[in-house]
Amino acid sequence: MRETETTTLEINGRTREIAAPPNQTLLETLREHGYFEVKSGCEKGDCGACAVLVDGEAVDSCLTLTGTLEGRAITTVAGLKRGEELHPLQAAFVKFGSIQCGYCTPGLIMAAQSLLNETPEPSDEDIRLALSGNLCRCTGYTKVFDAVQEAARVLREEESAS
Amino acid sequence: MTETESWANVNLRQVGRPLARSDAPGKAAGRTRYAGDYTMPNMLHAKVLRSPEASARLRRIDVSKARALPGVACVLTAADLPDRKASTDIPGQTGKKKLATDQQVLVKERVRYHGEPLALVAAETQTIAERAAELIDFELEPLPGVYDPFEAMKPGAPIVTAPDNVVGQHKVRKGDIAKGFAEADEIIENTFRTQFIEHAFLEPEVGLAWVDENDVINIRVATQVIEHFRPIAEAVGVPHNKVRILGALVGGGFGGKEDVTVEIYLALLAQATGRPVRLAYTREDSMFGHGKRHPFVITHRTGFTNDGRITAVKVTITADSGAYVFLSPYVLLYATVAAPGPYRVDNVHVDAVAAATNNMFTSAFRGFGAAQACVAHEAQMDEAAKALGIDRMELRRRNFLRTGDKLVTGHPIESAVWSDECMIKAWEALGERTPDAGPVKVGRGVATYQQSYGRITWLHDTSEAWVGVEVDGSVVVRSGVTDIGAGQVSALGQIAAELLGVGLDDVTIYNSDSAVTPLAGTTTATRGLYMTGNAVRLAAEAIRGRFLARAAREFGVEPGEVDLAESKAFLVDRPDTSMAFKDLVALCASEGVHRSELVMFRAPFTGQIDPETGQGRVHPDYAYGAHAVEVAVDTETGEVTVLKSVGAHDVGQAINPDAVAGQIEGGAAMGQGYALSEELCYEEGRLTTPSFSEYLIPTAMDVPRYQSIILESRSGLGPFGAKGIGEPALTPVAPAIANAVADAIGVRVFDLPITPEKIVMALRRAEAAE
Repeated sequence: MRETETTTLEINGRTREIAAPPNQTLLETLREHGYFEVKSGCEKGDCGACAVLVDGEAVDSCLTLTGTLEGRAITTVAGLKRGEELHPLQAAFVKFGSIQCGYCTPGLIMAAQSLLNETPEPSDEDIRLALSGNLCRCTGYTKVFDAVQEAARVLREEESAS
Repeated sequence: MTETESWANVNLRQVGRPLARSDAPGKAAGRTRYAGDYTMPNMLHAKVLRSPEASARLRRIDVSKARALPGVACVLTAADLPDRKASTDIPGQTGKKKLATDQQVLVKERVRYHGEPLALVAAETQTIAERAAELIDFELEPLPGVYDPFEAMKPGAPIVTAPDNVVGQHKVRKGDIAKGFAEADEIIENTFRTQFIEHAFLEPEVGLAWVDENDVINIRVATQVIEHFRPIAEAVGVPHNKVRILGALVGGGFGGKEDVTVEIYLALLAQATGRPVRLAYTREDSMFGHGKRHPFVITHRTGFTNDGRITAVKVTITADSGAYVFLSPYVLLYATVAAPGPYRVDNVHVDAVAAATNNMFTSAFRGFGAAQACVAHEAQMDEAAKALGIDRMELRRRNFLRTGDKLVTGHPIESAVWSDECMIKAWEALGERTPDAGPVKVGRGVATYQQSYGRITWLHDTSEAWVGVEVDGSVVVRSGVTDIGAGQVSALGQIAAELLGVGLDDVTIYNSDSAVTPLAGTTTATRGLYMTGNAVRLAAEAIRGRFLARAAREFGVEPGEVDLAESKAFLVDRPDTSMAFKDLVALCASEGVHRSELVMFRAPFTGQIDPETGQGRVHPDYAYGAHAVEVAVDTETGEVTVLKSVGAHDVGQAINPDAVAGQIEGGAAMGQGYALSEELCYEEGRLTTPSFSEYLIPTAMDVPRYQSIILESRSGLGPFGAKGIGEPALTPVAPAIANAVADAIGVRVFDLPITPEKIVMALRRAEAAE
């Protein structure tokens, strides 16, 4: 196999030169570089635990090769934080008790952010569809739906205030 | 949507409030480290080589090519591990001697199930470890296997567990069964089948082990049970005090991380290499790596009088234990105790048996046998209601256990039994009935249950906790409890905060480290809050007592006149007379008042029940409640949509109502998967559904907004009268859905999961019979 190749990524706002074998997935790259908030649940694209944003859109990082992402912006759940403050999605997940074991939470939050980037005022059905690739075994999703609706409201208020 | 009803006027300030859990912000921000997020310098990566056959003889295994691969540090086979055995007995505090049925760590000669480990590899990278595993050359000679528990008990069946494949048996002989059936006007008899299912926690099994300078094998692992250091130590041949289990917050358990998973492999590899070793299961490994829920075949024969009184119940249970024993005898016991349901029955006969097969081994899973039992007893009640022409809820009501009644084991129920209250509330919450739409028929179902909380009383369960107050007034709780996602740790903080009059944010909780946190026992059996909560309560109360006494002296009053709240000590009658909690603590510190306490809480201890009659005490106490659902069934395609789903449970006292609601909602989803979509399929013991694209748990597209109703009888044995909710939340869900489907289409599917195919077939059969 070829040795490593270098890819330039912007990860959570920081530009990083990543040297990785050509078959390395974004999940492997991110975890190798300390972004352990990106979770591995199946490595087959079935569970969504590893979802991150690539240029604002949620992807399963386990199905994405790092070498294909030259110049792209990657956001993990840790990159959503606003300084010391939680992002409205994160805050709503805390407030509504939407987190149990929390292993699927980073992926759920990124999938929700991806939805809200496109659809600031989502219906319940929009939310269901947007989160349908993210398995959660603990919560039954009910409090997750509540949190996404609340975050959407907060983000709309922020938008109209700015 | 959550609704809480309280029946008693108790003035609680922290307990009972839906506080943001202490673990939530870290998880939301991505700062929480799970067991798989730890690495160490010089760390090796491990891989387990598994048998592709379910029943075979290992004729030869040659690891020379794997060992020769550059970057491979260690390859272990059974030949390297003379007589090493992994305990399969009940995890935690019993310390019983090893059973003859314990599992070989690696296959020595006989392969008993698909996926049984043949060899372990540790290498410099994960890729090298996987490549090395592929280079291991082995030869398996297929042997006749047995894949059905009934076949396994026939004479001449292949023997999986000597002498006769029977690995667990329980009986109940209560009252006079012949007389009971003679008094019956109507006898309902049906046979129900449940399937193998998978816990499907999102975090696959993972751990990191290293041997430290004191020769202690440290294992950071995703587990429900840090007390596994004992069987791990025995398996690797060191004293108990040379293995340390460090937990982490766990990415889901549900019983699937109750038995040992990766720990012994990690310990052996770390011992052999002297280097840190990480082992992370893939999802496929995880499907092979822990026991599944037992498939049951339950035959239920129930006698009723015309006015709906149960006169007798005869239940026969056959469980598939798979290739090793693990918790089968105990799961079977729970099913036996739960067999008649939450009803008063004077004449009961139960015969339960678990048999070994060459299927995947089965063990703990949320609901632990009582869930399977509920599938049968609740279908029976609906079938009986139909036959007798009595309303389904009225029939249940006429038979519900009441406080003081004797359970099936002859022991009386001492706490509140709010089955009826819960059933009424769950049913009412369904609201207006959704109308049928052409071929789409709407149906409703309800199910009630009895689920124990706390471990079997002859296991003599205990839980230790340490609570301390620092000089600045901040509070520390130390408890070995593992937090598998239900908020086990945060609840302890809320209890300590309540008793010491501070906020949850003022409490730091250290948990799940066998070296530094007092052993609190397992997070299993819906015992977490009951046991560890009581231990923390007792420790905090002891400190509270000393602080109240000191404050009383300061105020010149009796201790009973002082209270602690809002980080102050104050007079109950004159709250303006107060002092800051931190000043009180500093005063106590300066005078040597003991600001910490280590306690042990003990559950009721009993001997075993009578093996011939099943009479005696089995559990500390039981929880009761109900689940109601409305479903739409497309009679052309067989597709089921759950429209409404409501759990109403008497939890005794909710410590954190949001966390309780989370359990109810999560249980509703898990039970929905159990009822409708989930099944691990084994063909001649070979798993054919090893991924989430074949094993279908409910997604966000499949669920309604679940409703939870919390009732609080404050009658439980837990802190502040709490009972438990972890398992109860699940148990009635699948039977409620089965009853709703039967209500919608007029015929019953007796085998879970109730797939579209089975519904269409049932409708066709019914049509043909007309």
